[in-house]
Amino acid sequence: MTALHRKRLFVNRMNLVISMATMAFGMLFLLWILWVLFAKGFSALSPTLFTQMTPPPGSAGGLANAIYGSVMIVGVATFISTPIGILAGIYLAEYGKNGWLARLARFINDILLSAPSIVIGLFVYTVYVMQVGHFSGWAGSFALALIAIPVVVRTTENMLHLVPASLREAAVALGAPMWKVILRVTLKAVRGGVVTGILLAVARMAGETAPLLFTALNNQFWSANMDAPMANLPVVIFQFAMSPFDDWKSLAWAAALLITLTVLIINILARTVFRQSAVR
Amino acid sequence: MNVETVAARAETPTQGLAPAMPKMSIRNLDFFYGRFRALKNINLDVAERRVTAFIGPSGCGKSTLLRTLNRMYSLYPGQRAIGEILLDGDDILAPGVDINMLRAKVGMVFQKPTPFPMSIYDNIAFGVSLYENLSGRAMDERVEWALTKAAMWDEAKDKLKQSGMALSGGQQQRLCIARAVSVKPEVLLLDEPTSALDPISTAKIEELITELKEDYTIAIVTHNMQQAARVSDFTGYMYLGELVEFGETDQIFLKPKRKATEDYITGRFG
Repeated sequence: MTALHRKRLFVNRMNLVISMATMAFGMLFLLWILWVLFAKGFSALSPTLFTQMTPPPGSAGGLANAIYGSVMIVGVATFISTPIGILAGIYLAEYGKNGWLARLARFINDILLSAPSIVIGLFVYTVYVMQVGHFSGWAGSFALALIAIPVVVRTTENMLHLVPASLREAAVALGAPMWKVILRVTLKAVRGGVVTGILLAVARMAGETAPLLFTALNNQFWSANMDAPMANLPVVIFQFAMSPFDDWKSLAWAAALLITLTVLIINILARTVFRQSAVR
Repeated sequence: MNVETVAARAETPTQGLAPAMPKMSIRNLDFFYGRFRALKNINLDVAERRVTAFIGPSGCGKSTLLRTLNRMYSLYPGQRAIGEILLDGDDILAPGVDINMLRAKVGMVFQKPTPFPMSIYDNIAFGVSLYENLSGRAMDERVEWALTKAAMWDEAKDKLKQSGMALSGGQQQRLCIARAVSVKPEVLLLDEPTSALDPISTAKIEELITELKEDYTIAIVTHNMQQAARVSDFTGYMYLGELVEFGETDQIFLKPKRKATEDYITGRFG
């Protein structure tokens, strides 16, 4: 073994050690967060979470209204943002390409993608909540949709760029009109990736708090009315975790654990969908 | 060039067929990628129910020429063709031509197999349903007919519902030929259809080309001169955007009129 060889081995080991250490540092906090969440939240998990309403301080209760509210608000937001995001992504990738309108739209989309969510909450508060005069589930959905749309636009466009030109040409060569080529061939070829983008957008929306504070606010009671203030998990966590009451605190932990688990499951689902579509 | 290959196919009875009529006539064709002139004043006839091959070194414009015949280039802004290409006497470069109807008549198969991300059955039904509203039964028959034409039916009949992308490369390419044939075109353009395939798949496709010319006018671009000699009736040698020589394949390979053609086919090129 030469001196040079020994030196290279040494440098290699050093690099390995440093990169492992930094990875461990990052993982430490992630695992710490998960550990605290499970330790505090697991004991608070019970079936009554799903059947009872958020309680007044000092009495027992659950999160049923907040869970329902979160599902409704995020569901409506997904329903709004998915078609808009996919269609805009199709425009950018297949029609606009490098025209000035497409470049402008892409630029604005990138800004929206990184816009602080509290700004989006304030925006919907100003243009919608203040106009109608009250907080509502609809307003919450609009705010979340504004957060999800740029994510879906970006993933759809990126995915469509992955379709080889030869596949597009092959469909065009049969005499298929452009819209049929896109819907039945190119979009279909990357549907796994597009679905993954939507799932990741849903995961992002599930945990957003700031926009909902200004829009859906909260509701202590059961309310299925989207046109009224609506309970939702992030705002319940915000409110209950800051309170001095132990019952509320443990409910906040349970809600935090629920959201984390949901996001985790969505992420795993997204990876599975993407992997399956990549294999085919 | 292997003279035996040419001599062997010279005995196959091309001469027995009726004299070739022009199906497509290319007149004074220029082609531009932006400002680059990729084709220079091309004039030739593509004979009906014959195989016309285009050979030449990379970048000579043979694929470009093929892509003008179904106006594939019009997908891309900045690419334009000037001149005339007559299909049964009508200029397909004229304004107002329905490009999709043109492509229904002039089908194309590409270098890389391009099955759509759907089942084998739907790969074929996709094209057919663009033009015809067939019942389930009639569609089944059309799919079988097209796959049989492309010598794929025996291999595909038990897995019509499987993804077309799960087939081998050679099978995928024959599926693409079946797909092109299924819409009943009059002309088939083959852009290096075997360059991504192994020798056995290549032989199958070449056999297929010979069968298909009974019903279709075929134009093929190939890098492989033996292939041009084996399958084609007419051959055009292209170099730097010009058609150097065009004529019957036997004449081009055995008695080329131009020195440049002879140098290329004998491998003394460059």
